[in-house]
Amino acid sequence: MTPTATATAVTERPAASTPATFKSATKPIWCPGCGDYSVLSSITKAFAMLALKPEETVVVSGIGCSSRIPAYTTCYGFHGVHGRALAAATGVKLARPELTVLVAGGDGDGYSIGGNHFLHACRRNVDMTYVVMDNHVYGMTKGQPSPTTEPDWDSKLAPGGTGVRAFHPLVIALASGANFVARAFSGDPNGTADIIAQAVRHPGFSFVEILSPCVTFRPDQRSWKDLVHPASVTVTDDPARAARRVMTDDGFNIGVLYAGGRTPYPLARRAHPVAVADLEAEFAP
Amino acid sequence: MTAARRKVARKSAAKKSVARKSAAKKPAARKPAARKPAARKPAARKPAARKPAAKKPAAKKPAARKPVARRSAAGKPLAGKPSARKPAARPARARAAAPASIPALMGYALWLELDAVERYRELADAMEMHNNRDVADLFRRMAAIESKHADRIMKQMDWSKVPPPPAGPAPWAGAEGPETVAHEEVHYLMQPYHALALALKGEEQALRFFEALERAASVPAVKRAAAEMADEEREHVALVKNWMARVPPPDDGWRDDPDPPRYTD
Amino acid sequence: MMAHTTANANDPARAGLSIALAGSGGSGVMTAGTLFLSAAAKAGAYGLMVRTSGPQIRGGEAAALLRIARAPVESLDDRFHLLLAFDWQNVHRFADEIPLGPSSLIVGDAAEGEPPAAFVATGARYEAVPLKKIAKGIPGSWTNMVALGLAGALAGLPREAIVAALRDSWKRDAASLAANLAAIDAGAQAAAGFEGMAKLPSLAPGGGRWLISGNEAAGLGAIRGGVRFVAAYPITPATELLEWMAPALAKVGGSLLQAEDELASINMIVGSSFAGVPSLTATAGPGLALMTEGIGLAVSAEVPLVVVDVMRGGPSTGIPAKSEQSDLSYAVSGLHGDAPRLVVAPTSIADCLATTQWAVHLAEALQAPAIVLSDQFMGQSRAIVDRPADLAFVGKRVVAEPNAPDYKRYRDTPSGVSPMAVPGNPGTAYTADGLEKNEAGTPSSGARDHLMQLDKRARKLTLHDYGDMWADVEGDGELAVITFGSATGPVREAIGRAAASGVRAKLVAMRLIAPALPEKLDLALAGVSQVLVVEQNHGAQFYRYLRAWFDLPGRPESFHRPGPLPLKPAELAQAIVAAAGRATGAQARTAVSA
Repeated sequence: MTPTATATAVTERPAASTPATFKSATKPIWCPGCGDYSVLSSITKAFAMLALKPEETVVVSGIGCSSRIPAYTTCYGFHGVHGRALAAATGVKLARPELTVLVAGGDGDGYSIGGNHFLHACRRNVDMTYVVMDNHVYGMTKGQPSPTTEPDWDSKLAPGGTGVRAFHPLVIALASGANFVARAFSGDPNGTADIIAQAVRHPGFSFVEILSPCVTFRPDQRSWKDLVHPASVTVTDDPARAARRVMTDDGFNIGVLYAGGRTPYPLARRAHPVAVADLEAEFAP
Repeated sequence: MTAARRKVARKSAAKKSVARKSAAKKPAARKPAARKPAARKPAARKPAARKPAAKKPAAKKPAARKPVARRSAAGKPLAGKPSARKPAARPARARAAAPASIPALMGYALWLELDAVERYRELADAMEMHNNRDVADLFRRMAAIESKHADRIMKQMDWSKVPPPPAGPAPWAGAEGPETVAHEEVHYLMQPYHALALALKGEEQALRFFEALERAASVPAVKRAAAEMADEEREHVALVKNWMARVPPPDDGWRDDPDPPRYTD
Repeated sequence: MMAHTTANANDPARAGLSIALAGSGGSGVMTAGTLFLSAAAKAGAYGLMVRTSGPQIRGGEAAALLRIARAPVESLDDRFHLLLAFDWQNVHRFADEIPLGPSSLIVGDAAEGEPPAAFVATGARYEAVPLKKIAKGIPGSWTNMVALGLAGALAGLPREAIVAALRDSWKRDAASLAANLAAIDAGAQAAAGFEGMAKLPSLAPGGGRWLISGNEAAGLGAIRGGVRFVAAYPITPATELLEWMAPALAKVGGSLLQAEDELASINMIVGSSFAGVPSLTATAGPGLALMTEGIGLAVSAEVPLVVVDVMRGGPSTGIPAKSEQSDLSYAVSGLHGDAPRLVVAPTSIADCLATTQWAVHLAEALQAPAIVLSDQFMGQSRAIVDRPADLAFVGKRVVAEPNAPDYKRYRDTPSGVSPMAVPGNPGTAYTADGLEKNEAGTPSSGARDHLMQLDKRARKLTLHDYGDMWADVEGDGELAVITFGSATGPVREAIGRAAASGVRAKLVAMRLIAPALPEKLDLALAGVSQVLVVEQNHGAQFYRYLRAWFDLPGRPESFHRPGPLPLKPAELAQAIVAAAGRATGAQARTAVSA
């Protein structure tokens, strides 16, 4: 698949499966108004667009508000420990390359405690999709600053702000080798669904950063819907160009920003394995 | 997405919670407009009979999906004064390219409703999860109303199952269907008044959508059908306004919670 | 008491021949040792080679500690018959590891100086051989080949076995092979004049032997058990296990991934096993510490997996290249929450295969994590052993049928094991979770669900029939020596030596450490009035674990000593004889309450 091919919007609407096919009976515990509701909706829409089968799709997550997503789908889900979703997902995909693997989580889970795995998942380029619902805050532990929080954001744990520069996930992803980089906004569920579908289709490691407001701890993020705007650029397959763009944009540039052509991590296994007994020859003196 | 709508339609009769059942009944008693559809003249609605051959929905914009374009309706979704809302909360409600056939137009009308139904149900679930029973019930009632609307479209068009949607982006410009309440507009302590304000906003957006289609349509039958849909939305607007008038407006401190948020995972 | 143990020590017919090759980096000590062991195997001997070295990656002092015998050997002897040093740079650091006595022989190159005082002080005889000069005289040859020829001749290894070993492993050109064969012969000639060095008894080349390290054996056991995916992070002394498995797994249709850290390794294999593929990681103490959260996840989500912990000296970075059995407490209790897990320990290098294979079988059958407590001694040592038997243990988990009606992933079954749905199976999708859950897998903080799931996870381990594999129980006596892991070899030998002086003791080498099954040990200890618990760590971890979970007769005694020095048969024989003395006349067994 060439980068240009993947950069086109997913407009087909196959009737094989529906978003409802992917929604489980378990009801979200998220605060009403949370952007994650829309992201869940976008994910199920994307799965339907792609005509996936729930039983052949695995949704993997770590810990955090957004990491509750797997149980809200009818897919096989894996709700692991904090920060390790990408590792678990890598294991799933390597073990069963035929499965579609989507990883979902938040900014604390992915960029702080799981930061190292984020770097290595990008560079390893295993064919899977990583969706981060970024709200610049730790919600489940009651509002502490995350790696993407503004340095002057006041909180109980960091009165007056952390004074620490915010992490730039898109640049990190590009620098580390992610093969598909996009920014989306939860308030645009259809557009986000489109981007997720493109991300799933793109070979290798696809990263979708979704601005998803926290209504409880970051009510100020309600203004995001007025700030977001479409990326007025065509998709590039040049990571340097993409990095320059995302480093200089206003952080509310929505769309597919990079679609590369790196070769994904090889998943193929030996077609004709040898018998286990054949391994023993080397031990004969 | 289309499929979801289809499913909702199929399920609307079969899968009803207790809450839904009561919700489905109550509105008729409570609000005048629920009766209104019966008064509709079926004859006027029969444009489907002479469907223009055009199978292709429309020359839709080839441009990649439009992004979020909302700029107004700033961060005050629950401010409570719906009537003061700027008419252009979701600008460019309808795109220049209107559906070129009755089935295409009615297809969009159907999805618009089904999308709204699905969202109302999600919001009702969220409210239930957060123990806001009154608003949950209200959202379920709205879901039931929109669902009936969808059923009627199916009947009018003689569709036994939801038709596959035309390919391409929908003809509305907003992030979601014009009648669909956005997830981020709700609050766990919101009151029925707020919920109705959101519903009103949706109905008004739907109204503007069909009005714009009416203006843009070049096929006379489509123009007429769009006008009829607009009429219907106008009635819904009146209905919700009427309903709102009977619900007490919220106090200033409606969103005050004496307890701090809780730790979970 | 010492008398009888030392009596055996230097009798090659009984205890074999112990040879230490030592030198600094670049001298090829390890290559010579490996070839010596290989030649011994070809000649029909059993044997063992333990590696020891300084902390340097290259150029450091190193020693190959060999023991060759007519019968299988599982530990080093108390004394070395021969110390052959290629040079003496920092070799004195091995004085503790290479014990010599008056009947020992030291061979060194006079050009490299005199043997260190610590060795001379043992009374061992010293002979100088110009190893380097001999090698220089044969262009293209190496000093270590001269030494190999010398050692082989002194030990009585047939020349053809040494030549065959060299040919089999030769990767360079024929000319240098010829030069080094000549060096071997020159070394053998240099040994001609030496007297007093014990020789190996006559050997009968036997078929069906293997030359294998514990790490390789564990890797093969894992693959035999069905493991087809490994994710791991390099760490001494587990790395060779991974290096052996990487190509081996590829051959059998599996794969190995080098993860970014141990947190990733463990979570990757939780993921791969969740996806249906039996999975393993290998690590050492520091890595195990990082993995515990992930192991706890496997406990809670009921995901089978195997963690091979090749123990080394701890705590913290500790002594990375030396052996110690000091991760036991951590393995049995180092998880937060009530988290039942399997802990098993191989009892020898060869048993690393069987025990790891069994661990895969248990993990898969019980949908639980299994920790295999190997250690540096077993993992990095190489032994000549009888080909391990083919075991029937293959990982086989109970899986859900397609569209199983009313499927509940965590159903509260009598056995505690519930069918596991694997992605791809229609109609049984669920979300595996580290949160407490109800039977359907939905997160639950309810008291009833918590108790039910805790009971279920504990029950499935304790109700399983572990059969005879739980321990090696040998011999009889009023005294039982309870041990585990690499301590088993020296304990077994020590019991043999004690028997020679009329003291009988029973050996109980526990392969299954956790779950604790007191009734199994009770049966094994029938008629025993006293126990001695032997282990290689400072805190008597196994002793304390046994006292907490098991009823031990009499006044349980402990023999524990930390690494890095391996447990020696002599010190253990002494402890056994002493304990047996105290046991004599001991009253009927008294239960010790934990």
